[in-house]
Amino acid sequence: MNKKRTISIVLLMIAIIGLALFPLLIKKDSTINLVILILLYMSLASSWNILGGYTGQTNLGHAAFFGIGSLATRLLWTGGFPFLPSFLVGGLIAVALALLIGIPAFKLRGVYFAIGTLALAQILNITVGNLFPEMSYNPDISNYQLLPRYYLFLVLVILTIGSAYFLVNSKWGLGMMAVREGEDAAESLGISALRHKLLALTVSAFFAGLVGGAFAYYHVSYYLNMPFSPEWTFDPMMMAYIGGTGTIIGPIIGSIFFVGLKQLLVWNVGEYHLIIFGTLFILIVLFLPGGLVELWKKAQTYLRRGPGQKKTTKPQVAKT
Amino acid sequence: MLGQILVFGILVGALYGLVALGLSLVFGVTKILNVAHGELVMIGGYASFWAFSQLGLDPYLTIIISFVSLFLIGAFLYKLIFSRTVKLPEETKIKNTLLVAFGLSIILQNLALRFWTADERGITTSYLGTAFTVLGVRFPVVRLANLAVAVFFLVALQLFLRKTYTGKAIRATVQNWEAASLMGISIHKVYLISFAIGAALAGVAGTLVAVNYSIQPSMGLTWTLKALIVMVLGGLGSIPGTLVGGLILGVTESATSYFIDSNYSAVAGLVLFLLVLIFRPQGLFGAKEG
Repeated sequence: MNKKRTISIVLLMIAIIGLALFPLLIKKDSTINLVILILLYMSLASSWNILGGYTGQTNLGHAAFFGIGSLATRLLWTGGFPFLPSFLVGGLIAVALALLIGIPAFKLRGVYFAIGTLALAQILNITVGNLFPEMSYNPDISNYQLLPRYYLFLVLVILTIGSAYFLVNSKWGLGMMAVREGEDAAESLGISALRHKLLALTVSAFFAGLVGGAFAYYHVSYYLNMPFSPEWTFDPMMMAYIGGTGTIIGPIIGSIFFVGLKQLLVWNVGEYHLIIFGTLFILIVLFLPGGLVELWKKAQTYLRRGPGQKKTTKPQVAKT
Repeated sequence: MLGQILVFGILVGALYGLVALGLSLVFGVTKILNVAHGELVMIGGYASFWAFSQLGLDPYLTIIISFVSLFLIGAFLYKLIFSRTVKLPEETKIKNTLLVAFGLSIILQNLALRFWTADERGITTSYLGTAFTVLGVRFPVVRLANLAVAVFFLVALQLFLRKTYTGKAIRATVQNWEAASLMGISIHKVYLISFAIGAALAGVAGTLVAVNYSIQPSMGLTWTLKALIVMVLGGLGSIPGTLVGGLILGVTESATSYFIDSNYSAVAGLVLFLLVLIFRPQGLFGAKEG
């Protein structure tokens, strides 16, 4: 076990150093942009996963938090504020918004949070589109540099995934998973479902807001309501599911897979990737709730045991 | 002017009620929250548009086509996808069907984009602009037809549920599916029929949307949200509640358009929805749960 841990730490270090050196070695802008996209999705999908995967609360309005973070950061930053404080404000406003919807919706069970967040994101999408109909331009376009953006996203990925890792391995994380597996059972053991859900939502929305802020810093020109559009919820959600919800590695695999497949299909057959992703997503929800991570584990057990032998372990309890 | 706002709101609201009717039926019977409902409305709209422009049929005759084709599509989708979630416990089932339906909405939307392009389409008839005026209030003909069609299908659905054997089986399943299945009712069949009828009603709503507004592949989410709003206003799963919920949403939207700004009419509906969700989750008329 200890040896395995050392190996994973070494692998992690190699990955981080590799990503840090990558834009210095490969100077092609298009490749750097592609990696930025993967990093963006990784943090967004990981932030969704804290609430959706570990705590079992389906958030269909993640775009609201991503969008509000990007809006606040963009307006402050293009209005003359220094970037870093604007960036943090974006994250904090996302948290405030999350609590506004979370406190009432979490008192109800079931679908209310899901459809409440869906409505919230759509309200903001329309309202921001009405209030800011014009394209937002980067005021300092002549000095635009890709490298600081790249490193911002890299740091953000490390922060998001690191925080998710430490959170879910803490006492609070165990509580979150207990709430996911059964609210009544968790409550009967003295775990406050509401508090754990709110904590997960806060962390999830904070990082989504920060990713939005980084997006505002990265994009040269866009319509301010664009980050509120539903695909910023559904794409990360699909990535988390395809990789494997409720695992740290799942959203990472999912986002690489998503962007990779999208690139491959755009080159070959046009924009079919969403049809394929939708199908894959349905298949995973129905038949493989643990995503690709579960598939990998199953394959490993199969190889270790050999095809002829019977299963001896208890079947995994399906995730809800 | 107030009379006009009210009349417009009610006539539009009847369409909203019809959009929500199918969703509400499906949710009430099967506990499947089909958020791809708006995409089914979209397909119904295209079916009518096709029959209108290729076969030259009157748009109100094409209701038969959209009804039948969406009934079949609904039955197919249920068999292929949703039947696999039937055995799950209720909370998991709602969540998983929600996710699956989202995947489905993405697929349908992109398929529609492939087949029918992103262009906006609409059905324009000779009587589109016709209206008559009573006591200074205008009644556009196509909007009046919304009310007629919505009431017709609401009454037909109620009669079906009360008078036919299948309808009674559906109601028995809603009350207690375990007892119903012990009495020899095939739950799978009940779910299949309910889902197909729900889809067929979405198809009919699609025809009306194509006549009243316009249709395009990305319209689904807007209509799903409207249906969800109406469903929550009327009380989850209540069938007469959907028409009332639709009327409330319609009047809210038309009042917002007049007093504030037509760009915010959809926002007003969504805000109303959030308020109801927060303060009266059992719906405006629903009884409080224990």
